[in-house]
Amino acid sequence: MTEFRQVTVDELRHLVSERALKGETMLLNMGPQHPSTHGVLRLLLELDGEIVVNCIPDIGFLHTGIEKNMEAKTYQKAEVMTDRLDYLNPIGNNLVFCLALERLLVLDVPPRAQAIRVILTELTRIASHLIWVGTSALDLAAMSVFLYAMREREMVLDIFEMCSGQRMMTTFLRPGGLWRDVPVEFENAVQHFLDIILARIDDYESLLTTNPLFRDRTRGIGVINVEDCLRWGITGPVIRAAGMPFDLRKAHPYSGYEQYQFEIPTQTTGDIYGRYLVRMEEMRQSVRIVQQALDHLPYGPVRSNDRKVVPPPRSEIGTSMEALIHHFKLYTEGFAVPKGHVYATIESPRGELGCYMESDGGPKPYRVHMRTPSFANLQIMPLLTRGHYVADVVGIIGSVDIVLGDTDR
Amino acid sequence: MDDTLQSAVSAMQQRFGAQVEEAFGEVTLVIPPQHNLDAVQALRDEFQFNVLSDLTAVDYWPQDQPRFHLLGMLYSMSSSQYLHLRFPLDGSAPHLPTLEGIFPNANWYERELWDLFGIRFDGHSDMRRILMPYDWEGHPLRKDYPLGYEEPQFTFNFDEISLRKPKGQK
Repeated sequence: MTEFRQVTVDELRHLVSERALKGETMLLNMGPQHPSTHGVLRLLLELDGEIVVNCIPDIGFLHTGIEKNMEAKTYQKAEVMTDRLDYLNPIGNNLVFCLALERLLVLDVPPRAQAIRVILTELTRIASHLIWVGTSALDLAAMSVFLYAMREREMVLDIFEMCSGQRMMTTFLRPGGLWRDVPVEFENAVQHFLDIILARIDDYESLLTTNPLFRDRTRGIGVINVEDCLRWGITGPVIRAAGMPFDLRKAHPYSGYEQYQFEIPTQTTGDIYGRYLVRMEEMRQSVRIVQQALDHLPYGPVRSNDRKVVPPPRSEIGTSMEALIHHFKLYTEGFAVPKGHVYATIESPRGELGCYMESDGGPKPYRVHMRTPSFANLQIMPLLTRGHYVADVVGIIGSVDIVLGDTDR
Repeated sequence: MDDTLQSAVSAMQQRFGAQVEEAFGEVTLVIPPQHNLDAVQALRDEFQFNVLSDLTAVDYWPQDQPRFHLLGMLYSMSSSQYLHLRFPLDGSAPHLPTLEGIFPNANWYERELWDLFGIRFDGHSDMRRILMPYDWEGHPLRKDYPLGYEEPQFTFNFDEISLRKPKGQK
């Protein structure tokens, strides 16, 4: 066997304080198998008693080389990999990939497809925030919320399964529109979900918002202000909880978000409690957006008519030679994308999700880079945890809302 | 291009000899890498591009001059627009000064670039690998790094196959 080099504390010498080297403070590993790190995150904590002096995040345990793999796949196949990045926001990842590709191809997306995209991404946001409220409350020992939140999330996953046949890794959004139209039961199922979710969000709030134990564990802990957020490139609920109403759905609307009325919830405290309130309100705003999109859901095609990119319908393949050729070409060599590069961004549940895509004119992307919000937001862990108790570290990780698939790619 | 962006672009052209590309509604400045600190500093302080949204790279192997493009995505919160920067880098072992002093979040992005592309950042506070294991050799996102199609190694033939692997040798 090859000898594997041992990593010693000497290599981390520049990261810890002088006191740790003298033995006055303790270095403690938290993770990567710790349940409260929300995945395989390892934190090296430098502790003075129970107080965190420094926190050194160590990531990469879930690195799967998705960006490298994409370069060897055609665009249709590369899209499937985007689901695996942020596995709590699969539709959002599909969307940003499709937006980048559609801009390179100058491809139109029909209005019905746009509206369904908005409905599904907002449902994903609700599902992601439900997981977040459940797990981060569980970290702070509030167990009941988790069970209720998973119950409602199941309804969202049922809707995804109804549309695509898959609960999580849907790949339902395709370049030029959707994989296929939603089934007839879709509108009723979404309406049923919207009818009950608002009352359920109130239920979660009644369990947490005024709960003295929850408030003691969250208020004034993990505080960050707007200036630090900007310096560290923090986006999403973290910067909104600090008081900056920055939301890419308003700043750079995509997929027809400019048609919908919604507010950007903000808080000024910048602590865990503020981020909690922002996310709860975001779920209500998402419900508002889905309701508007559902009420005015246009009829018509759900895929672009560009046959060089979008596969022909099954019915045409039997009768049209041209359709058969297109079908064959698209599923063997894929479609060529004109030379160029774009950077598309969307507002994921965690913040700014960007996709840099560069094409050399062939059927495979020359380079795809995902700017993932978890990677950017995890960097402020040392800033947030310094001076707090070890017990608060779990609350802070939860409040930043990281997904390790998104961090490590 | 609106006025604030136009003034930033023309200032970069005059001071650092930047070239402008406009495509798909995005403005990209190609700036010589020796000016990376000055250009980013000026864009942040004078033109309110106050957020470093992303930092990444593209490898153009086998082309050598330039082999890499270092990409920076700057965002201006006050005027709500992106400005994309490209720094062409020559050769297989490029290095340039770190942006950490201007945008602290460049720390992890630059570690990722070192890890996956092998671009060195002088003056960086913590130039370790970030995503790959500590003892990894090679930089996986380079175009000359093989993707798969390698013989699987087992305990009984690990060393034997290692000899044939381009990146497996110590």
